[in-house]
Amino acid sequence: MSVQEGISPSPSTGDSGRVSLVNNPRVRGFIFQLITAIIIAVVLYIFVTNAQTNLRSQGIATGFGFLDQPASFDVNQSLIEFTQNATYGRVLLVGILNTLLVAAVGIILATIIGFMVGIARLSPNWMVRTLGTIYVEVTRNLPPLFQIFFWYVVLIKFSPSPRDSFSLFNAFFYSNRGLYMPSVVLGNGAIFIELSIVIAVVLALVVRYWARKRQEQTGEQFPVLWTAIGLIIGLPLIVSAIFGFPITFDVPELGGFNFRGGTRVIPEFVALTWALSIYTAGFIAEIVRAGIMAVSHGQTEAAGSLGLRPGPTLRLVVIPQAMRVIIPPLTSQYLNLTKNSSLAVAVGYPEITAIFAGTTLNQTGQAIEVIAITMCVYLTISIVTSIFMNWYNRRVALVER
Amino acid sequence: MKKFVALAFGAAVGISATAASAATLDDVKSRGELHCGVTTGLPGFSAPNDKGQWAGLDVDLCRALSAVIFGDANKVKYFPLSAKDRFPALQSGEIDVLSRNTTWTSSRDSSLGLNFASPNYFDGQGFLVRKDLNVSSAKELDGASVCTQTGTTTELNMADYFRSNNMKYEPVAFESNDAVVQAYDAGRCEVLTSDASQLYSLRLKLANSEDHVVLPEIISKEPLAPAVRHGDDQWFDLVKWTLYGMINAEELGVTQANLEEMKKSDNPDVKRLLGVDGNFGEQLGVSNDWVVRIVTAVGNYGESFERNVGTGSPLKIERGLNKLWTQGGLQYAMPVR
Amino acid sequence: MIDTAIPNQVFVRSQLVETLPAPKSEVGPLAWARANLFSGPINSLLTIIGFGLLAYILFALLDFLVLRAVWTGENREACLGPEVGACWPFIKAKFGQLVYGFYPVDERWRPNLVFLLGAILIVPLMVRTAPFKLANAVLFFVVYPVVAFFLLQGDVLGLPLVSTRIWGGILVTLVVAVVGIVASLPLGIVLALGRRSQLPIIRFASIAFIEFWRGVPLITVLFFATYMLPLFLPRGLEFNGLLRALVGVSLFAAAYMAEVVRGGLQAIPRGQYEGAMAVGLGYWRMMFLIILPQALKLVIPGIVNTFIGLFKDTTLVLIVSILDLLGQLRAAFADPNWATPVTEFTGYAFAGFFYFFFCYGMSRYSRYVERRLNTGHKR
Repeated sequence: MSVQEGISPSPSTGDSGRVSLVNNPRVRGFIFQLITAIIIAVVLYIFVTNAQTNLRSQGIATGFGFLDQPASFDVNQSLIEFTQNATYGRVLLVGILNTLLVAAVGIILATIIGFMVGIARLSPNWMVRTLGTIYVEVTRNLPPLFQIFFWYVVLIKFSPSPRDSFSLFNAFFYSNRGLYMPSVVLGNGAIFIELSIVIAVVLALVVRYWARKRQEQTGEQFPVLWTAIGLIIGLPLIVSAIFGFPITFDVPELGGFNFRGGTRVIPEFVALTWALSIYTAGFIAEIVRAGIMAVSHGQTEAAGSLGLRPGPTLRLVVIPQAMRVIIPPLTSQYLNLTKNSSLAVAVGYPEITAIFAGTTLNQTGQAIEVIAITMCVYLTISIVTSIFMNWYNRRVALVER
Repeated sequence: MKKFVALAFGAAVGISATAASAATLDDVKSRGELHCGVTTGLPGFSAPNDKGQWAGLDVDLCRALSAVIFGDANKVKYFPLSAKDRFPALQSGEIDVLSRNTTWTSSRDSSLGLNFASPNYFDGQGFLVRKDLNVSSAKELDGASVCTQTGTTTELNMADYFRSNNMKYEPVAFESNDAVVQAYDAGRCEVLTSDASQLYSLRLKLANSEDHVVLPEIISKEPLAPAVRHGDDQWFDLVKWTLYGMINAEELGVTQANLEEMKKSDNPDVKRLLGVDGNFGEQLGVSNDWVVRIVTAVGNYGESFERNVGTGSPLKIERGLNKLWTQGGLQYAMPVR
Repeated sequence: MIDTAIPNQVFVRSQLVETLPAPKSEVGPLAWARANLFSGPINSLLTIIGFGLLAYILFALLDFLVLRAVWTGENREACLGPEVGACWPFIKAKFGQLVYGFYPVDERWRPNLVFLLGAILIVPLMVRTAPFKLANAVLFFVVYPVVAFFLLQGDVLGLPLVSTRIWGGILVTLVVAVVGIVASLPLGIVLALGRRSQLPIIRFASIAFIEFWRGVPLITVLFFATYMLPLFLPRGLEFNGLLRALVGVSLFAAAYMAEVVRGGLQAIPRGQYEGAMAVGLGYWRMMFLIILPQALKLVIPGIVNTFIGLFKDTTLVLIVSILDLLGQLRAAFADPNWATPVTEFTGYAFAGFFYFFFCYGMSRYSRYVERRLNTGHKR
């Protein structure tokens, strides 16, 4: 529209007063914005009035009152108590928690696999390099939904039925109903054990702080990792020994069709998390590789000439510098994984899209409210993750002096 | 530019004004075809046959409706819908009638804004299990994993049933019926639950259908009925009476074979039904020979039932509750008078 | 005597010595193997394990897909043997469905023609030396989608109507991908320009739009398009399921495209803007004649990567009951005539090859373009 006006040559000779008003960039900008604002407002107005007419003429209920209604359907995995009287609000909460669970486990797994493959792709060993390349090319070039379906079928078809399940120590059982594990039952005095775990973690952090100070002053290193592991495992062990082991385990046992007791990981969760981790790890591997390659080779050589072995060189010199390049794209991969967890809907894992945007939408019919809430939840997760990663990014960013 | 905005605004408002006031029957007539929501494939009720033509009990209703409106049963466009899509599709006006084995419930009738014509199939929810589990009653299913389709009344009935019988169970809910069947076939669950009529038809999709058995318990009432939107009573009446026309035809003994003879019948009920007497069709907004058109297109209710789901079909479902009221069943059509 | 003789005896070569070949242990396949495969005990071990793994995977694939595969048969009976591999007759029987969905058999020449036209237009677009680039691009991005739509949908020029409801399989996969690509590029450019605009309302609107779509998963976008959009539009407006999904996919892809294009815009030095303004170009001419041609060229790899992502995301439409290749495949699994233990893996192998072929092809192409574009800027 304003192209026509823009073409007209306006040799403004410095005297802006003589330029016609249509050619004044400020006026034109203002008009252009006004038009945009009007168009947006009109579209919104049409949407809202149409929605009102449609909802009224079809007699669809509106408002968020449905969140207090009883849901009266069940879900097969819930991190919080989910009973008969659970409301749709509770369903939302269960969905969010299940989404976060997949995201958390998936991110950890994808990061581990991704770093391993990324480093493998830079290995001097041709064989390792090639395997890394194949992994990256295959996982990145197949749709995630395809991979989820595939792993789910593999998991269901190749796993034994509950009666012939694989078992380990007669306490862990694996079948096509998932993995059954003993669950912890806390007895009297168990509170002290929980307390001791907290204390152990705090102590480990203190040791780490001290070790770092000492290294900065004397250059001597201290085996922080082993100390921390020893503390976190050892202290609770000692405390529970003092209280006569108040912890018992509820071991799953076969009863009727399925196992009873213990805790359980459902196959839908395994298939989803595994497939998403494998898929995202392919992208993370490429990010890691690019990050490491961005660190000048001089750094490696310098570390070598100081006498560092390849392992510590990677850990202490290369990766900390590579992290600066790696973190921004890594953040978006984490967000992608979280968003891709919505594909759970395909294998029936009860996360927010499946049980809230799916089942709840269907039982209540309140499409606008349900989808708006779902989108808000994902937006919130995205924003919170971005804020956290930006904070971390600032921490590791190069401090210019 | 401003002129353009004004034009666009006017056009948009204009569209919304005209579209909202249009009646469904007029829409259908001017469009020249009926938009009918069906399942994505449930043999016996609505499924495409080998030639890609839709057939089934629910499809017959749409064909009858098309015959009533256009005199041609084939002016129907079928919209295969998943359980989740069906209500939004109707609400949004994408389809004119939902004939997709949908259970008539109070909340769907009220808060979803639907109007149900009349049940064209009285159903109930049942359980399908493997024979080698040696289960003879649903009461023995404590602790079982149960596969079901999400977004259905089935999911809710199942929860009620297991809770009220103090049994534990694991619900495994999938998006589509196909996914449910595949998961059940692969051994993800011991039990598949759905409407009993569907169980028979889903069983045909299993690799070895002989290895599976439908348990005797029926745990719910599932009156399956075609539905339309709130707010268009004329259209609602037409759909309702198309179904009543089919049932009345069976009750009065009008079949595809004897249609011509019956037109000459002296029975005043038959005369009214077939439009020989009175103008009952015109009152509905269609021609007076509406029932003749229905019977020519799909036959009476009994014929449609036998052909699609009854003894004349692979499903071989007994009439049971779906017998006419005169024969001890529940199918009862209001009189044409 | 001796003193003077010594300088005479000094031998100064006036010619270079022939270079000797490198020692046997440093060149040739053996040396390469030593350096790259067996440079130490740990590396040797890794090589052997890696080789074993690779050989195992390759053999298992070959064994399943070729050696033990069944090639002919009419129904499941053929593939029920105890040691049977891939069941290719299943793919053969369902091939029509997997490619065209429920598109009527008699009308299948129409999608075929569309596929052919697409291939004819896209190949010269990708080959650098082919002439008439601009005309070709206009044909592919503007004319082709319109022609293809009317050809597929019909109801014009005596072609019978084929409702989008019964399209399916690879046809739908490609329709969603091509429409997403064609619609998202211009929309993404506009959004990217909006985000870099000096005008606050436009900038804010663009940022809000981009960040909103990027913050939510595609499935919720598809749910939005399927369940909410109809409520926002006047009743009776014909807006079928596929079209709604296409709107959702295009908006979603446009937001990602906008960020890629923005990267290109930011990489253009300020001098280019100032130079354009100095010769008196207005905003639109500056953008379309000076800035965008450079910026887009810089981000071609990013654009292709967005296309790859979009191509993979087309599978998600099956969740709103539009049967793309993956959806048709899963529907075919439900056919009891072909229910065997290997049916699903055969189907996934087929679909896997299809997706891999397209995605890998595009990623190779993007790398090729990247390398070619890099030559000018090599430091």
